Amino acid sequence: MPGRKRRQSLLRPGGACMTTMAQTGPGGPMIEFLNVTKSFDEDVVLREISFRITRGETMIILGASGSGKSTILKLLLGLIRPDAGEILVEGRNIAAMTERELVHVRRAFGMVFQEGALFDSLSVRENVGYRLYEEGMLGEDEIEVIVRRMLGFVGLEDAIDKMPAELSGGMKRRVGIARALVGNPKVILYDEPTAGLDPITKRTIVDLMIKLRDLEGVTSIFVTHDLPAAEMIATEYASAENNGEIRFARAGKEFCLLNVRFILLNEGRIGFEGSYEELNQSGDPYVRAFLARR
Amino acid sequence: MSELLKTALGAPFRFLLNALWEVQSYTFLSARAIANVFTRPVYFREILIQMDRIGVGSLTIILLTGFFTGAVLGIQSESALRRYGAASLTGQLVSLTLVRELGPVLSALMLAGRIGSGIASELGSMVVSEQISAMRALGTDPTRRLVTPRMIATVVMLPLLTILCNAVGMAGGWIIARYKLLISSSQYWSDAVNTLEVSDVFGSLLKPVVFGFIVAMTGCYVGLRTHGGTEGVGRSTTQAVVSSSILIIACDFFLNNLIIYIAPYLNA
Repeated sequence: MPGRKRRQSLLRPGGACMTTMAQTGPGGPMIEFLNVTKSFDEDVVLREISFRITRGETMIILGASGSGKSTILKLLLGLIRPDAGEILVEGRNIAAMTERELVHVRRAFGMVFQEGALFDSLSVRENVGYRLYEEGMLGEDEIEVIVRRMLGFVGLEDAIDKMPAELSGGMKRRVGIARALVGNPKVILYDEPTAGLDPITKRTIVDLMIKLRDLEGVTSIFVTHDLPAAEMIATEYASAENNGEIRFARAGKEFCLLNVRFILLNEGRIGFEGSYEELNQSGDPYVRAFLARR
Repeated sequence: MSELLKTALGAPFRFLLNALWEVQSYTFLSARAIANVFTRPVYFREILIQMDRIGVGSLTIILLTGFFTGAVLGIQSESALRRYGAASLTGQLVSLTLVRELGPVLSALMLAGRIGSGIASELGSMVVSEQISAMRALGTDPTRRLVTPRMIATVVMLPLLTILCNAVGMAGGWIIARYKLLISSSQYWSDAVNTLEVSDVFGSLLKPVVFGFIVAMTGCYVGLRTHGGTEGVGRSTTQAVVSSSILIIACDFFLNNLIIYIAPYLNA
């Protein structure tokens, strides 16, 4: 999180990038989906999908609208329950937990919703500090300091007293990111955070996501059908200079990113799983058709 | 043919199943909202905000409704009572009709229109803009944070609004009685107050508690199960008003029977 110890991006010198479990995150699996099935009425959205995410890894979940991308995030937060299968968070099956138990699990997650999902009746200060106000463990002054630091990280410290209705779409997403960062979550979930934004604002959001991944070492899941944004996340990295300046560079011949993996959903099943390079080299017709939309 | 038969038999079964499911969900939500009153955290600030919005915010429409209903009762009762030479009993008729029936029911219906629709549209908008999901993701129970404060505020404020509605309604009747029917003020007020029994006052306070619960819970229930974007919000708003109005009138029937049944014990 902003203010926390800075970490180096997981980069590997040149050549083809491998993304095996041994090479990715420093720890074991943070999240595991085991044969998860979910349907709404008679519509089966996810069919026995299984995947795992290690600590420090960024998983980009691609897929057409209605392919079940957002459903994965809702399942992970325990907002909805799977019909079958297990969802393990740090080894604990959340599918079998009560709502009260899930409250503790949710503290490990920060979620950035598609439109920001800011509370209309609360100011930016109250929105960002919502989790802290609810927990009631800190005083007003301490919360103020944390809220200002988070807003500073997303470049919106001046908007602290504004109401959500006074913010642009991009500003709402950035406040949403600041809110998701409060409480030092271990995992950040992004639900289409770049959808419907202009290229400049989209770039700002992607830069924030890269900073969080490379400088803070946050595990993240990025659900999107925005291929250009996914490519930026998969090919660019951030590093902090000695003078504190943050530099963004493109991984290419010198380095490639190890801690980014892709999943492509196709009719409720995982149609592809692998690195950015493997995605581009895939001969699967559905993957080719999906990538051809660029 | 068998498909047709299956569809024909299936439709009523599905309707019944859906109806039972709705009743079950409504009951669960109500039970959770009530249970939250007795456990921490309780959102006192939110309760006060809702009390202000529901109580103070509805004051004007309740007072206007009460005043004109009382005045109309005065006019109508005079023409009916005159046939029996009992126009002087206008105060009794206005008072009993208002306190027993019209005060609680009309106040509740006005509140269903103003507050029930507001709650449904507010919560419905929060659902479609994912604010409810965000609230849960941030570790807050939406029932505790949104439903319970609205339930408490409506259950507390509606009886108070009903008392005001009754009082202003009697004043409206008094103006007609005094200046149109030329009945003396002392006779009107003496009739109006003395005719009331403990069971009447009890009923006039019990009904708004139940109706307030119906208005708040129906608004919350319908709002929280909104789907279908902004169009769904509009649908929920209409449904909240219609459902709570019907429930209020239906419950009024059962409450009247209950009050008639216990009246002898109360008035003893």
